[in-house]
Amino acid sequence: MEREKPVFCKGGGCTAKLGPGALRRVLEQIPKVRDPNLLIGYDSSDDAAVYRLSDDLAIVQTLDFFPPMVEDPYTFGQIAAANALSDVYAMGGEVKTALNIVCFPESMDLNILGQILLGGSEKVREAGGVLAGGHSIADQDVKYGLSVTGVIHPDRVFANNGCREGDVLLLTKPLGVGIVCTASRVGEASQAAMDLAVKSMSTLNKYAAEIVKKYRTHGCTDVTGFGFLAHLCEMLGDQFSAEIDQRAIPFIPECPEYVEEFYLTAAGQRNRNHVQDKVRFVDCSFAVEEILYDAQTSGGLLVSMEAEDGERALEELKTLGLPCGIVGRVVKRGAEAVVVQ
Amino acid sequence: MRLDERGKQCPLPVIEAKKALEKAEPGTIVEVVVDNEIAVQNLKKLASHKGLESTSERISSQEFVVSIQAGTGDGPVQSGSSGQSAGPGKNGDAGQSVMSGQGAAVDSGDVRGEQEEGEISCQPDIRDKGMVVVLSSDQMGQGDETLGRLLMKGFVYALTKQDKLPGTVLLYNGGARLSCQGSDSLEDLKELQAQGVEILTCGTCLNHYGLGEKLAVGAVTNMYEIAERMSGAGKLVRP
Repeated sequence: MEREKPVFCKGGGCTAKLGPGALRRVLEQIPKVRDPNLLIGYDSSDDAAVYRLSDDLAIVQTLDFFPPMVEDPYTFGQIAAANALSDVYAMGGEVKTALNIVCFPESMDLNILGQILLGGSEKVREAGGVLAGGHSIADQDVKYGLSVTGVIHPDRVFANNGCREGDVLLLTKPLGVGIVCTASRVGEASQAAMDLAVKSMSTLNKYAAEIVKKYRTHGCTDVTGFGFLAHLCEMLGDQFSAEIDQRAIPFIPECPEYVEEFYLTAAGQRNRNHVQDKVRFVDCSFAVEEILYDAQTSGGLLVSMEAEDGERALEELKTLGLPCGIVGRVVKRGAEAVVVQ
Repeated sequence: MRLDERGKQCPLPVIEAKKALEKAEPGTIVEVVVDNEIAVQNLKKLASHKGLESTSERISSQEFVVSIQAGTGDGPVQSGSSGQSAGPGKNGDAGQSVMSGQGAAVDSGDVRGEQEEGEISCQPDIRDKGMVVVLSSDQMGQGDETLGRLLMKGFVYALTKQDKLPGTVLLYNGGARLSCQGSDSLEDLKELQAQGVEILTCGTCLNHYGLGEKLAVGAVTNMYEIAERMSGAGKLVRP
């Protein structure tokens, strides 16, 4: 019997996250220790932790790692790093140091690991951070990511639940990368679709964060494994609802075609189960629903911003070269958290 | 027509079901066997979106059968994305009914929590695939035989309750009795199998003890595979 050849890409990225429902049940059981300097912990499902060291300095800490979602190890390294670094940007912070987290099979070619780490290190450097070490484990499957520490002024933290009535909602990257990677895994994604997905996933949210910081941003999160709608619901909390304009949603153009072929993940279905009770679709195609539930790897920032500033911010975001848009607005709490039409 | 899609990662079960439905004669029932609730929901979503009748049945925590009736070929969205612009409202309605259907499916599963954790498709499972448990006797330890059998029964039971389950359980020599009819450990081994643990019993040993027809859980294996599993194990557990 032949020993099975290790497979590099089995379908990873943020589609490999535990479902939001499952995770919440576990987290609820863990006792929480109060510390007044922990400005952002896991109370509000935020992206990273923010801890105040002094009146004008706080650290932002985050970590993220996952299995490969693309075949090329170098590209995977870039994407995993961009994804891990993103949480710091979603808080409005600045990256300082990063540590590698690696799981790698002993039987696999070490050059592959070299390529992954090279891709990751380049993204850390692009972020303006220093790669300061790491930790590796021999494991059955490849996983890679970073533990990242950044800094931020304690008064200038973007909470992910800070939105206000009347705000516009901006999304800085296209949705659908989970669907495209799934199509690619079964050999059916077009080169153009995959190229755009890779470009989007490997683009640092640094640039978008620098732009939105210049405007009256009230809330910010990055869209990752739980999909657009779950992250939006978290952002809205119990106080607000959102009206989403389906025509304004940026997505990778091939997605509706791939949805029709059912290149859909378990993660997308878990996301649907998690928030479908809070969402109402009016005259939306099945493809729109699936795109909004699709788990994103290294997705864009979802920003709640003073309405007056929206158009100007969007013009600037467009210069970054990725599909983006003003996707809706924050309104008084209605029957549903989100109405998409 | 029956497709066994257990052990396959999403989206493969749905894609293969879709292909089978496209080829099937109208009215044919395509049965798809999958090993997790999310795959069931994705299959029902496929059926609903294509305007096809479907039912699902939960056989065990790791076995579900979704039956979909192949359409007449003039279903609402049979021809790919061309249906998209034709009736967005219709698609939207289909989506609604899918969603309510899913809610019901989820509610009916009392142990949804565990299923979600133990699901194998696109997330880590609770098996430590490198761990191999070797049962070379139906008794645990040296000494009193009755006590030895009792201890072994307790051990296999305790195995099912561990946070990390083994990837494989190998049974040989006297251990082969454990996976056969009449064994006190049968239910526990079946439970392990249902969680995705591979149960392999030595064929030579079954023959030697005249148990060839009595194997009641898992598959038969040979010395080549036993040697390979043991030498390739990240961790070998021998009670």
